[in-house]
Amino acid sequence: MNEFWEAKVKLRWAELADSYDVVVIGGGGHGLSTAYHLALRHGITKVAVIEKSYIGGGNSGRNTTVIRANYGIPEAVRFYQRSLELYENLEAETDRWIMHRVGGNWWLVHTEAGRRTEQARAAVNQAFGAKTDFVEPEVIAREIPGINMNPLGQFPVMGASLHHGGATARHDRVNWALAEGAMRAGVDIVQDVEVTGINTSGGKVVGVETTAGPIATETVVSAVGGHATRMADMVGVRLPIRTHPLQAFVTNHYERKFDPIIASADLGFYVSQTARGEMLGGAHIDPEPSYSRRAGHHFVNSIARNMVALFPFMSGLRVLRQWTGTCDMSPDYTPVMGVTPVNGFLITTGWGTWGFKAIPAGGEAMAQLIATGETPELIAPFALDRFARDRTLADRSSSGTH
Amino acid sequence: MIITCPHCGDRPFDEWVHGEIPVVPDTITDPDERDIDRAYFHNNTEGVVREAWFHLAGCRRWVVITRDTSNGVRSDIARG
Repeated sequence: MNEFWEAKVKLRWAELADSYDVVVIGGGGHGLSTAYHLALRHGITKVAVIEKSYIGGGNSGRNTTVIRANYGIPEAVRFYQRSLELYENLEAETDRWIMHRVGGNWWLVHTEAGRRTEQARAAVNQAFGAKTDFVEPEVIAREIPGINMNPLGQFPVMGASLHHGGATARHDRVNWALAEGAMRAGVDIVQDVEVTGINTSGGKVVGVETTAGPIATETVVSAVGGHATRMADMVGVRLPIRTHPLQAFVTNHYERKFDPIIASADLGFYVSQTARGEMLGGAHIDPEPSYSRRAGHHFVNSIARNMVALFPFMSGLRVLRQWTGTCDMSPDYTPVMGVTPVNGFLITTGWGTWGFKAIPAGGEAMAQLIATGETPELIAPFALDRFARDRTLADRSSSGTH
Repeated sequence: MIITCPHCGDRPFDEWVHGEIPVVPDTITDPDERDIDRAYFHNNTEGVVREAWFHLAGCRRWVVITRDTSNGVRSDIARG
C-alpha cells in the first residue's frame, strides 16, 4: 500500500532560474507550505524553494507528528486551532492520504496543582475555539488502554485535560503532498542546493547566492529549522533563537491498538502509537544548545522508567530506533514569524518542538503576508519585534514537549 | 557528554547546569538595545563556544569551559 501511494506522488524537480518573485530557503514543512499557499491561494508561482539536503529531511521528518491546539495562551490557541482545522482538510485539498488520524490528546495530572493547571488550559482552549475538557480519573481508567492509575506510588493519575482534536499524521506525506501541490502549480523546488549568502542593497534584499549560482529576488523567506541563525546572520538580523537537540524514539510493534496521545508533565514524557504500531515516545529538549544530531542512551534511560510505570505493557517492548532533531527554541516558547528590520527578508522560525502542527497555518499566514504586504492578524503577536516591545508570549508549560 | 571539572575531574553532564555567557555584538551601541539583546537574543554559534556551567551535583562551583556545539562527539569537551 505504501509503495502504491508513494508511486502516485509526482514530484517534478526544477532547474533554478535567474530570478524569482519569492525565494524560500528550506524545503521543510514550513517552506513547502509557504510556497504551496503562495501558488494555490494567491497565484504567485514565480517561487523557488531551495533545500540544502532533501525535502523534509530536517525537523519536518524528525518530529513526533502530533497535531494539537491545546495551548495555554489565546494567541497560540487561535493560531494552532486554525492549523488543526487546515490539517483536517488537507487530504481532501491535496488529494493525498497523509494518514491523518484523530486520537485525542490527554494531558495527565498527578497533583492538585496540576488539576488547576489543566482546568485552566481547558477553559482557555474552549474560550478561543479549541475543544478541550477536563476529565476525572474514572474516565481515564475506562478509556486509556493499559494505564496504571498509580505509577511509582507517588504519581496518582488525578485527572486530565482531554483535547478532542488531538491528532497525528505521517510527516513525510505532509511534506510530499505540499511539495507536489506546489510543483504542480509551477513552483520550482530544488534539492542539494545551499544558500551561501543573501545580497542586500540600501537595506533591501536584492538576491541570494547559492551553490548553484546567484538568484535575483526581492523577497526571501527563511523557513530554516535548526540553522535559522545562520540565515539571519547573512543580513545582520539578530534572532532570539538557541538551537537545542530534541530526541525521540520508537519501540518495536505493539500488537494492540492504542488510539490516544498521552502526555504527562510530571512524568516528563509523551507517547502515541504510529500507524505501524510502534510506540513513539519523546520528552523535552536537551538542556544545552547544540547542533549535534547524536542520540544518546541518557535520554532513553531517563524516561523509560516513568513510561513503563504509567504503561506497564511497555516493559515488553524494545527501543527499535532513536533519533534527534535540532530545534530553534525561542525564549518564550512561541514562534517568531513575519517581517524583520531588513526589507524583503522574512522569517518563520522559533518552531522549537511545536513546528509540525503549525505547518498549514504557518505557511498560509506567511503566504498571505507576502501576497498582501500586511501581517495577518493571526500571526501579528508572533512578530520579531515583540521582544524589544516587551510583549513576549510565555507559553512554556503547554509547548515545551510535543 | 562528559564535562571536565577542574576540581572534580571528568563528570557526566547531568550533574551540571548549563549557563550561557551572553556576548552582545559591538555593532549594537544604544544602551537600551544592548540590554534587550543581552536579555533575549543569542549568537547561537555553531562551533566553539565559551560557556559557564554550574557543577550542581559536584563541587557546586561555576566553571568556564569551551565546547564545540557542532561536534557530534559530545565527550570532546575542553577546559577553558
